[in-house]
Amino acid sequence: MTNQKLFVSSHAPYWHNKSSLSMKSYNIMLAALPAVIMGIYQYGPPALGVVALSVSTAMIWELIMNYVTKRPASIGDGNAAVIGLLLAMLLPASTPWWTVLIGTFLAIVVGKQIFGGIGCNPLNPALVSIAIILLSWKGLLDFDEALVNYDLGFYMVYPLAALKYLGTSVVSNYSVGDLLMGQYAGAIGSTFGLGLIIGGIYLILRGMIRWEISISFLAGVFVTAFFFNIADSEKYAGPLFHLLTGYTLIGAFFLATEDSSSPVNFIPMLIYGACAGFLTVLIRNIGAFVDGTVFAILMMNIANPLLDKIRPKALGKGIKHA
Amino acid sequence: MIKKPFFGLGKSKLQYSGIKNIEGKDVKEIPPSTRITLMHKSPDGELGELVLSIGDEVRTGQKLNLREIGEEYLTSTATGTITDISHTTEYTGQTFTSVSIEAKPKDLWDDEFEKTGKDTAPENALTFLSCLPGISDLSSFIKTDNPLNTIIINGLDRDLLIATNQIIVKTEAEHLAEGIEYLKKITGVSRIILVVPPSLRMEAEKSGAEVKVIEPVYPDAIPGLLMKRILDNPVPPSKNFEDLGVAFISPEAVVALRTAFVEGKLPVTKVLTVIDKDNRLTCIKARIGTPVRDILSTLNIDVSHGDRLVFGGPMSGQGIYSEDMPILHDTDAIMVQDKSQVNPSGNDPCINCGECVRVCPAKIPVNMLIRLLENGLYEEAAQEYDLLSCVECGLCSYVCEMRIPISHYIMLGKHELPLTEGLEESND
Repeated sequence: MTNQKLFVSSHAPYWHNKSSLSMKSYNIMLAALPAVIMGIYQYGPPALGVVALSVSTAMIWELIMNYVTKRPASIGDGNAAVIGLLLAMLLPASTPWWTVLIGTFLAIVVGKQIFGGIGCNPLNPALVSIAIILLSWKGLLDFDEALVNYDLGFYMVYPLAALKYLGTSVVSNYSVGDLLMGQYAGAIGSTFGLGLIIGGIYLILRGMIRWEISISFLAGVFVTAFFFNIADSEKYAGPLFHLLTGYTLIGAFFLATEDSSSPVNFIPMLIYGACAGFLTVLIRNIGAFVDGTVFAILMMNIANPLLDKIRPKALGKGIKHA
Repeated sequence: MIKKPFFGLGKSKLQYSGIKNIEGKDVKEIPPSTRITLMHKSPDGELGELVLSIGDEVRTGQKLNLREIGEEYLTSTATGTITDISHTTEYTGQTFTSVSIEAKPKDLWDDEFEKTGKDTAPENALTFLSCLPGISDLSSFIKTDNPLNTIIINGLDRDLLIATNQIIVKTEAEHLAEGIEYLKKITGVSRIILVVPPSLRMEAEKSGAEVKVIEPVYPDAIPGLLMKRILDNPVPPSKNFEDLGVAFISPEAVVALRTAFVEGKLPVTKVLTVIDKDNRLTCIKARIGTPVRDILSTLNIDVSHGDRLVFGGPMSGQGIYSEDMPILHDTDAIMVQDKSQVNPSGNDPCINCGECVRVCPAKIPVNMLIRLLENGLYEEAAQEYDLLSCVECGLCSYVCEMRIPISHYIMLGKHELPLTEGLEESND
């Protein structure tokens, strides 16, 4: 039997549709690029610095954790880079280097790796990090304070803060076009509404994110803000303002859709998205925080395992045979 | 290999291959081999002494009883001398008895079946016909406590890239009609349903069976899904088709029944689809027991170290280990995959992307199921997460971004579940 050929064998199927996690990660980064480039264009080198540092340190933390937990290096799948990029997009351009370093530590190590790495994180890692920073260092994510030294030639006030403290009279300072084109103060990658929408639509069409979550999230924000606005238009801004400001768009297309922390069945996805949208506006309008997106999505992340119990009956289940 | 479409929002639709995909119009005859190997799946439990021995002379179509006790038998597909008898353990620990025959060029036909007067009594059918080409388990048609009420003839194939059943419906429509009459006589079942793709509607209507036309979209022709589509009677997880009085048979087996009763000889050749490395299809006819090596060399298909050989199609076939493996009486296809096309599985955990959940035709929460299966929690998997509803289409593994061998885990779970349950009972 010296000339016996050895064949490769395994269980069926023998075909694969060639999708992969790294492909997905690179596509998410590609979709995020328009918003990131706009942020770098507006705020210049400091914004580039934050993005570069965030992506690189996220990957380094991942590598360190791979080494500590004695697992194969997983930075090749691009997930750490995505988390780093999303974190940077949520930070203002003036964020000091140590905050970025701590931020990526919180995202990769606390948000993802201590739960067992990719797929095991119950919460969105980038949001865990942002939430901790928000609660720990009060001024860092106050965009008006952080960006006080910038004058980019447009109304340099963070819209949601202005709304919270000055009332609906400020809404008229921002036109829809300005909001779409990122002509207002805010985080590096979350102000260029048009870019985020284009990126989101790209991801939805490619099947990289679940449209049900994005659409229901936006619908949740829109409907809740609409009713608040009807109830008291003096006190509460209109739905379009809420849709295009703060973290709403990046939340809808990049944060709420994170795989591991969101449901996969149809009805749970709709509930998850709609409730996150509802909570976002609730926190903005009557809560203590300026922007509610972070905590709204984190809250729904926690509800995810419960929500995903709502599922269709499997083949042959629930049928009575005489 | 069919890749995920660039715009992946819509579900990708995998189509069954039609007859139009077959190279050449005819079914190619493979010349008889000099060495034929017959394989018999041994039942569980104690096995009796073998009654066959090396050196025995056999005739074509002869029934070869295997053991002193029990009713196991093989049908010889060649005339010659038995040169080897061995036992092999295949996939999932199933043991096979294989009998090799040094074949003579001239066939001498055995007439034992003809002598019985081609009796259509169920017992007689069971005594002679369970090794007919295309039949996987005849006893499910006859020896059942729960009488059958419906037989479904699947005119679409089990897997992608296979056209074996379709070509039989296309080319042997008249024989199929006669075969259906014999099938009715043997089983006493009056409702016979023939399932075909739209392109075969004309031929199917000649058969006299109740014709159901379905779009050739994978995996709709898998028995578990046909039950739901055609009869609107899905199988509950704890039951099987027989419990619901339904059996499945291939068109080839029906035609083989007709050949046996009309000609008095037990058919010994099998039609198969051969899928080469470039996914070109060839339809062939070969003796049951012909080694894969002979078929591939006749078709000039070259295989080398590191390639993959599969009995069946790309989604649900079974890998084989050697070119010496003979084709069995229920082998519908041989697939050859080049080593450059072999996809290794991944080691990474599930990321909960939900692709599998959305693609699953049985609506199983695969994302949860795989977490339990990876940890060996088979009973919980069956109770909470619908392990037993799986129809084994393989789509979950096909779309998995992390390349987790989900189908493999499910197969293992289904295999282990009764074993662990038995263990618990004995502990009690």
